[in-house]
Amino acid sequence: MDKQLIQACGDELYQAMIDRTPVRPLTERFSDITIDDAYHISLRMLERRIEAGERVIGKKIGLTSKAVQNMLKVGQPDFGYLTDSMAFSQGEEMPISERLMQPKAEGEIAFILKKDLMGPGITNADVLAATDCVIPCFEVVDSRVENWDIKIQDTVADNASCGLFVLGDRAVDPRKVDLATCGMVVEKNGSIISTGAGAAALGSPVNCVTWLANTLGQFGIPLKAGEVILSGSLVPLEPVKAGDFMSVSIGGIGSASVRFI
Amino acid sequence: MAEVYENKLTRSQIEELAIHCENAELEAYEITKITDDFPNMTYKDAFDIQWEIRRRKEERGHKIVGMKMGLTSWAKMAQMGVEQPCYGFLADYFSVPEGGEIKHDELIHPKIEAELAFVLKDELKGPGVHIGDVLRATDFVMPAVEVIDSRYKDFKFDLKSVIADNSSSTRFVTGGRMADIADVDLKNIGVVMEINGEVVQTGAGAAVLGHPAASVAMLANMMAERGESLPAGSFIMIGAITAAVQVNKGDAFTVRYQGLGTLSGKFV
Repeated sequence: MDKQLIQACGDELYQAMIDRTPVRPLTERFSDITIDDAYHISLRMLERRIEAGERVIGKKIGLTSKAVQNMLKVGQPDFGYLTDSMAFSQGEEMPISERLMQPKAEGEIAFILKKDLMGPGITNADVLAATDCVIPCFEVVDSRVENWDIKIQDTVADNASCGLFVLGDRAVDPRKVDLATCGMVVEKNGSIISTGAGAAALGSPVNCVTWLANTLGQFGIPLKAGEVILSGSLVPLEPVKAGDFMSVSIGGIGSASVRFI
Repeated sequence: MAEVYENKLTRSQIEELAIHCENAELEAYEITKITDDFPNMTYKDAFDIQWEIRRRKEERGHKIVGMKMGLTSWAKMAQMGVEQPCYGFLADYFSVPEGGEIKHDELIHPKIEAELAFVLKDELKGPGVHIGDVLRATDFVMPAVEVIDSRYKDFKFDLKSVIADNSSSTRFVTGGRMADIADVDLKNIGVVMEINGEVVQTGAGAAVLGHPAASVAMLANMMAERGESLPAGSFIMIGAITAAVQVNKGDAFTVRYQGLGTLSGKFV
């Protein structure tokens, strides 16, 4: 894809997000789109957000489960950017009618870094040493593509289908919790709908952050001290609508909840 | 449920069906679900068949070493098309040492499930047993992996058939680290199941009826329907925290438990 087309696609996805009007998949219209093109489109979309006054506060890792990777026929995760406007506080209401189109909630573990991580060559030990704390999190993913009809390039271009997120209010030292075995329980409107454990994301949430640091390192981009890194869902995605109440608890870490209006 | 207290089968039919189901277990062959031939059988009949199998094993000198709950997750009940959990018993020869070998040829189409086991220090006697009673009566909890092996063709059954088949019980491995109940967040405890080094399932305690202790309470209350209780010292497996995963000869499994170590075994 040439620069002009990449810019046009990024602008289109940005506008789709602002207008809350999904578009047809890019892969349907541009059959030769590569994953690299898609990341450049995602960067254009981010550029528009920054122009509108948003600030990058972290990153998210997506496609971390085997099931989702198989569905999209990819052998790797992807990533997107988190901005301050996506962050919601514990207990706050998330307005679907203003901000989202076809939201789905996923329970995750968020990492808050205290040191920069610059790949390549980052190991799990580096990630743990650079992690200030881990926090329970709901990521609410959303797709700017009609009916979530996505291939890997579509979701990468669309900022890894990131929507909004909520962090819980308990931060735990990573030394205090076994991130691979910690259990997760997700409840929707008071019913338990799914359970999982840390290993559901690439064997460990730490693996996910390591992957991200090394992947971004190839482009000379560090993970920065203070950034929030959403490490990937540990349970199947759950579609949500106005009126739904979701809560997640993670063994040894804590809980987070969100109400949709 | 009046069906719990009523028989539609005769005593000799119950005894014949017990032999029918137990032989399938002992000789590892498939049978069709018994409700196909006895559509009128009741829950009482089904449990009578299970208790007759238990009596037969004890008569041959086997010891009953524990109890298990089955179909305790909403997902599993939906998957199997049944409406409520069931229980079964564990005989001495079901027990496999930690890190031990399970002979695949002795089984039909085994699957493994990650569970937890409760060991009681006091008797639990229903009806009316609740989670608080269970926690008070629990000596400790420990990791457990259950091998299930429905004797029914393709694991297809209804609730009455599976009850008569001792709730698909066949083998179990227990070990890892024991823990005081006050030291474990039973609802959120995570488990990770790996087969041949690959993560195949993850889950958390709440997958079992919302809380693992709820499963033990339900067992005590179901046993009370027959005037039975769970004596002090009882070993009770609570039901699957993860989906059951099919295993083949040669497969090695490891289940990691949050804060409670690991359990492993191998199918040979």
